[in-house]
Amino acid sequence: MDQPATCADPAHSHVTFDDGIVLECGNTLRRHTVAFRTYGTLNADRSNAVLVCHALTGDQYVAEEHPITGKPGWWDNVVGPGCPVDTERFFVICPNVLGGCMGSTGPLSNRELPDGTESDEPWGTEFPPVTIRDMVRAQKRLIEHLGIERLFAVLGGSMGGMQVLQWAASYPDAVFAALPIATAAYHTAQNIAFHEVGRQAIFADPDWLNGQYWRTGRIPARGLAVARMCAHITYLSEEALTRKFGRRLQNAPKDSTEAINLFGEMFEVESYLRHQGSTFVQRFDANSYLTITRAMDYFDLAADCGGDLTAAFKGTQTRFLLASFTSDWLFPTTQSRSVARALNRAGANVSFVEFPTDKGHDAFLLEEPDFHRTLAGFLRGCAAHAGLGVFS
Amino acid sequence: MSTLDPVRFLAKNMRVDLALIAGMIAPGTRVLDIGCGDGTLIDHLFKTKNCDARGIEIDMGEVTHAVAYGLPVMHGDADTDLAYYPDNAFDYVVLSRALQAVERPREVLQQMLRIGTRAVVSFPNFGHWLVRWQLLSTGRMPVNATWDRPWHETPNIHPCTIRDFFVLCEEEGYVVERWLAADDAGRRGPWRRFLRLANLFGEQGVFLLRRR
Repeated sequence: MDQPATCADPAHSHVTFDDGIVLECGNTLRRHTVAFRTYGTLNADRSNAVLVCHALTGDQYVAEEHPITGKPGWWDNVVGPGCPVDTERFFVICPNVLGGCMGSTGPLSNRELPDGTESDEPWGTEFPPVTIRDMVRAQKRLIEHLGIERLFAVLGGSMGGMQVLQWAASYPDAVFAALPIATAAYHTAQNIAFHEVGRQAIFADPDWLNGQYWRTGRIPARGLAVARMCAHITYLSEEALTRKFGRRLQNAPKDSTEAINLFGEMFEVESYLRHQGSTFVQRFDANSYLTITRAMDYFDLAADCGGDLTAAFKGTQTRFLLASFTSDWLFPTTQSRSVARALNRAGANVSFVEFPTDKGHDAFLLEEPDFHRTLAGFLRGCAAHAGLGVFS
Repeated sequence: MSTLDPVRFLAKNMRVDLALIAGMIAPGTRVLDIGCGDGTLIDHLFKTKNCDARGIEIDMGEVTHAVAYGLPVMHGDADTDLAYYPDNAFDYVVLSRALQAVERPREVLQQMLRIGTRAVVSFPNFGHWLVRWQLLSTGRMPVNATWDRPWHETPNIHPCTIRDFFVLCEEEGYVVERWLAADDAGRRGPWRRFLRLANLFGEQGVFLLRRR
């Protein structure tokens, strides 16, 4: 694959903490940066803050044009004025995760040297392994920095949902309402297996150079694109692929180097996946992809509580909304249901809805009117209970 | 959200057995409504009695409607999902007009009185005179306003009479704290002291139970 045109790294708004963060792996980052975006206004008693957690390849640009791709925010149908997470009512915070590549500390950041100074080379694969809990601790630090004691709501889908669950387990008093969407309390063997295929694709790219690709100025674009293509299949359902592409053919690109084109044609779905792969590598760092997929794979909330997920939520006063989608086979409804049952055992206040759709895991990002209506209604009900005033 | 507005006024014409059930529930208590439908009762209990009321419903459309209205309702099945609640988690567990539709009524009642201190149960009375008359005169399964589907389509797989329910409570060792028989318009029958008359003229029974 051709090297993508290098995009100028935009300045991401951020805050840097110098007091150090001890990671679950035992390593300490003396300094860490959290890049984040906010929308709306924090009210006088600081009670209307909503934290949005992004998924594996998401970032903090949840409700505005992306500075690199120029595309609309990844959840601009959910977060914004008049949207289910109404920025005219709520103060929305969306941070880039620890280990990410959009301004927060991660493998792209310059490495810390043992003497406390900063190397002029990035961490690369030497970046310490981070966990979902580490990501959430970094976010907690940001929330404290913003002067917010309790979040009205924390929401996110997929890996964002894992962070939501971790927030509710780690800081129950700081979360009034938790909305883990299309997610699970642990990564299954199948989830890990798909991630491993993606990682191996990156490793197999000759441009990867054991993670030190910055030395050549090239990136492992081919490997990262294949990782994205493989993952993208898991985000869709068979019905959605059939509906969108079926077995339709289109002309293969003239400059195609692949010898297996039949009569100069290719399937539309192939072209689509290649496009997904090639646009992804323009905005995402391969080492970051490795770091974050690892964090997801290691996530197992129950394991932190002796294998009992209920113990993670014992005595919680947080109100939960679990949402899943019928055709999502990556984070199927059974996973959300088992979280709901664990919450029931903990005596928690749980709402749980499954939405019928053929769009697969990606449904949580797409136009799903019932889902959006439900998000809005749940938040409205919670606002009434939190004394945030009745919505008009 | 103007399309949802009418729900606010539902309490005015709330299904009659729901009004009777609400009358058996003390203010400020924790309530689980099994088969809560669109959540009318839990909305009513929260707004008028400040109850911490939650619901389980098997019909996903109803669940979506309830949560989109801001009510804490989860998708679940009375026959299988009550096992996931801890003992004594609620002051009242409500099952309105659904006892006859569950697969294992006895087990569901046991679960209700495990997770709740008290159970409120309402059901259509199969001993009503019209039901008896239809079966006697036509020799066919009764079909009327309450039992409105043919035998092969009905979800009501375990119909019972008010007397049957008393017998079950006796067998299971439940104390019937209050009970009443009512017609479909919610008027309480005058047969309160005469069980056999209540069983003949009551279209539905409403019971408040507790463990012995």
